[in-house]
Amino acid sequence: MKEIKGKVFLFGDDINTDDIVPHQYLNLRDDNEITKHTLENIRPNFAEFVREGDVIVAGKNFGSGSSREEAVNVLKTLGIKAVIAESFARIYFRNLVNLGILAIKLKKAKEQFSEGDNIIITLDNGEIINQTKDIRIPIEKIPDFLLKILESGGILNKIKKSK
Amino acid sequence: MNLLTENSGKTIAEKILSDHSSNKSVSPGEFIEADIDLVMVHEQLGGRIHKEYEKLGLDKVWDTEKIFFILDHWVPAPSIEAAKMHQDCRKFAKKYKFKHDLGMDKGICHQVLTELGFAKPGMLIVGSDSHTTTYGALNCFSTGIGATDVSVVFATGKLWFMIPETQKFFLEGQLREKIMSKDLILQIIGDISTGGAEYKSIEFHGDGAKSLSIDSRMTVSNMVVEAGAKSGIFIPDNNLVEWLKGRSISNYKLTMPDDNAAYTEEFNYNLSKIVPVVAKPSSPDNVVPVSELPEIKIDQAFLGSCTNGRLEDLRQAAQILKNKKIYRDVRLIVIPASKEIYLNAIKEGLIEIFLNSNAIVGNPTCGPCFGGHLGVLGPDEVCISTTNRNFIGRMGDVSSKIYLASPTTTAASALKGKIVDPREV
Repeated sequence: MKEIKGKVFLFGDDINTDDIVPHQYLNLRDDNEITKHTLENIRPNFAEFVREGDVIVAGKNFGSGSSREEAVNVLKTLGIKAVIAESFARIYFRNLVNLGILAIKLKKAKEQFSEGDNIIITLDNGEIINQTKDIRIPIEKIPDFLLKILESGGILNKIKKSK
Repeated sequence: MNLLTENSGKTIAEKILSDHSSNKSVSPGEFIEADIDLVMVHEQLGGRIHKEYEKLGLDKVWDTEKIFFILDHWVPAPSIEAAKMHQDCRKFAKKYKFKHDLGMDKGICHQVLTELGFAKPGMLIVGSDSHTTTYGALNCFSTGIGATDVSVVFATGKLWFMIPETQKFFLEGQLREKIMSKDLILQIIGDISTGGAEYKSIEFHGDGAKSLSIDSRMTVSNMVVEAGAKSGIFIPDNNLVEWLKGRSISNYKLTMPDDNAAYTEEFNYNLSKIVPVVAKPSSPDNVVPVSELPEIKIDQAFLGSCTNGRLEDLRQAAQILKNKKIYRDVRLIVIPASKEIYLNAIKEGLIEIFLNSNAIVGNPTCGPCFGGHLGVLGPDEVCISTTNRNFIGRMGDVSSKIYLASPTTTAASALKGKIVDPREV
């Protein structure tokens, strides 16, 4: 994977899928329409501020709740390339990997970033460079199994290639 | 991380997953590819699944018999958007020749799937719904997945899994009168927190587990996902075998853990010590005994959902509501989880009790649980609910508040207009 370069959006613990995509937009059937409402209950106008390459940093249990994959797809549609969290809810973690978004588990993630920090993630070097704070944060190696899915740009691309 | 030594036995989750994979000596943390016995899909089929699957350009699915498709979230359609979604679902099911298209009259996916014998002990089942964990009550390994994963299963019949670590919950004693398995699972989630079982499988052991009916077990397995668990599986016993026999379900494989299976943690609960509890807004782990609450007035009470819309739940609530009227400023909404339950509740006179108490009885659907329809909350309204999530805005307006509780606590609270201990009415 190439390096990811962007700005940090910082969130707390237990951000759930109802927070990310509120229920009333679930049957809109249009990705761009749903995406406009991303995280609006807890961070109004979030979707307007995100730029291609940006990264979400959060506390524990990110993405808890429903299996609604819209809650990952809206981030993908907005151009978010990675989510760094102290821990992830299981289904959400799978959905991130399957859609080709980098999920990084990092202890004390919230304490190492501030809202708006400019960061660079390089998997080859296994680190996150926080340019704003001028620190380098080592990250655990992503298992090869998951890396292959990410490098294909998501699991459906991987299947297409093998068919 | 590999916590197992070479001599360790296997937990139920490890056994079922390895039975479905070419890797017979799995241990926690390992990635495997497993053969899926059944995949359940609901309205998500018309959401992201059909769009994702069409991208693969395939003209068929791997096995038309191993897909269970039902409409349950928005039934009957409360809006044009929902109706369009249903059309997309039906079109896909027809195009790919699904053998098990259950339509929208049967009820909530998890309830109908188990009633009709689609879930059997030892099976590996996935579904486009986080509460797919429910079938752990029937000794299945079952778990929720997203739309892309469903597409992968449709295409290949296989899915990747990381072998989970397992937590052992040893239950002893019996629940006292008007205390329900909902109180137990809420207490557990309150104790271990929403991330307490993250990426882990839970096993329920002991005489306390055996004392729970299958309905009660389903409530417990349903809500393990609220603690982050991948599955919540009960040890198979005579109760389960009798239940399966009663539904003429055969050809299954009861799966026991090995005596020397390795567990990452062990927890003990004495069911006789469980008291009525609620999960306060806005997290399922914000759990306190009802007796410690200040006065909480309610606008709405909801009895239903895949968590607590079963016959046993309706019976217990009806016992409390019999010959009584609910508080005048409260709306009580009762929704049986399936048509079968609805019919039985009519036969047993339960529906009459609910209607006479001034409750509104709705058709089987997920409806109010996720703020879909049939009981959406307005600004600042407070609801006591037998459902599984009390997140901000989950059942309606972002300022509304949800207290999760058992059917008995919910019924008693509807009578009093405020949250009360069901033993006091």
